[in-house]
Amino acid sequence: MYFTVVAVNVGIFVLLALSLNIIIGYAGQSAMGHAAFFGIGAYTSALMTSTMGISFWISLPVALIVTGIIGAVLGLISIRLKDDFLAITTIGINFVVVAIFQYSEIFGASLGMTVSKPLFFGVKMTAPMYLTLIFILIVLTCLFINKMNKSWFGLALASIRNDEMAASSLGIDVNKYKVLAFTLGTAIAGLTGAVYAHFMTFIYSSDFAFIVSISIISMVVVGGIGTIKGAIFGAVLLGVAPELFRFLADYRMIVYGGLLVLMMRFQPQGLLGDNSFIMRNISKIFANIKKQKGGGQNAGNA
Amino acid sequence: MSMLSLVDVEISYGQMEVIKKVSIEVNKGELVSVIGPNGAGKSTLIKAIMGLKDIKSGKIMYDGIDITVMPAWERAGLGIGYVPEGRRVFGNLTVEENLKMGCYKVKDNNKNKNNINKVYELFPRLFERKNQLAKTMSGGEQQMLAIGRALVLEPKLLLIDEVSMGLMPIMVNTCFKIIKDLNDSGITVLVVEQNANKVLKIANRGYVIETGHIVIEDTAENLRSNDVVKKAYLGS
Repeated sequence: MYFTVVAVNVGIFVLLALSLNIIIGYAGQSAMGHAAFFGIGAYTSALMTSTMGISFWISLPVALIVTGIIGAVLGLISIRLKDDFLAITTIGINFVVVAIFQYSEIFGASLGMTVSKPLFFGVKMTAPMYLTLIFILIVLTCLFINKMNKSWFGLALASIRNDEMAASSLGIDVNKYKVLAFTLGTAIAGLTGAVYAHFMTFIYSSDFAFIVSISIISMVVVGGIGTIKGAIFGAVLLGVAPELFRFLADYRMIVYGGLLVLMMRFQPQGLLGDNSFIMRNISKIFANIKKQKGGGQNAGNA
Repeated sequence: MSMLSLVDVEISYGQMEVIKKVSIEVNKGELVSVIGPNGAGKSTLIKAIMGLKDIKSGKIMYDGIDITVMPAWERAGLGIGYVPEGRRVFGNLTVEENLKMGCYKVKDNNKNKNNINKVYELFPRLFERKNQLAKTMSGGEQQMLAIGRALVLEPKLLLIDEVSMGLMPIMVNTCFKIIKDLNDSGITVLVVEQNANKVLKIANRGYVIETGHIVIEDTAENLRSNDVVKKAYLGS
């Protein structure tokens, strides 16, 4: 049971990291308030199921769409800003959204919101069922991102990330694509929030605070920005790390923070990013296997 | 027949005016150059034509359309190609992907393939390196790629910013020859250049810009024999 719960939590982080990666990795926009959208999805679905009595399964796509729309509007307002200005603006958005959750009566204000456990064909959802749901969502998200990267849209995002000015001189509506990436990323975060709310059965404004945004960014950066494998690896690593370092008790945050500092100093491209220490060695091993295979075949021919 | 005309264009960065009431005319089929020293506002001017820099006042007409407030990506769709200063190729994309980005506006795959192949014919070097990341190429190769990327869009007007910057002399000559050939094939070209000596040999007409003002406007031939130009830019 403990492992399943940890696994669901890690899976939620994987989805968050994958979705944030669309914005900061593929579109290259420094968004620092991802947890806000995670929260918007969580509260949207919680309102639907627990206050209005609508099915959890309907609340999932609604949370996705509502968060996507809010993401698009906020994106339209802020995406014209560049780099550090966008970062500060999105941090501001995060604080405002958390404050709204904390002070609005409909969101339970400072008492938080109790979320009723959803039913799946008449049975109350158990942790393994959540794990399955999360796993399916992760697979779908990966397939979607993969497809996106191979499309014109993905190529356009790559060009924007490389050089915005050159991209717009080639006929690419830079702002439109940035907002689109922002919308997609926030929508997936909203969907994740809906699952999170019903898995935890209780949500509180600080679950979606700025510190959570920072954790998600750390996952993407540590794993390897701009890659699917990096985002997943980073989320699993940093998601599991607090559990692994539990024996260090009060010192685990020091270890966690220290890891981040060391990473940025020695592997800024992330553990699984291009030309990282790990990827270099993996490709070396593969090259060796290939060589041996090739050698074996040659020997056979002789 | 006018392809591009700037009427009393003024541009400023914050409080500082860098372009003051500049009017430029480029006719269809011409190769026009804007020469001037560093900091005269040449790059700013060409960015404004592409739509990458807002202008404070004045008017920009392209092919009979007022494009003064049109965003850059729409101008690209109208057939304005841009080769930026310092190349600015997409370093983390391959050569082929860079060229594909160039044909973003045209969704016809056959046409795109055709246009990319034409670029490969023009620059065989790019074909050899088509699967290489752009950032791993030499400056000259990147310049070829930057020109090629602007060409797949089938531009009617090509804006070129400092093609000679940071290139070895032999590449500079190659690039200028290619620009001349492109112009001969019917593309109208506006070149902004510090290397006045070279560019005035291929251009039809030229403007000399100094601290945001057009100070001389004449045919390239006359400019080459103009005493002021000779002294300031041709080093003789």
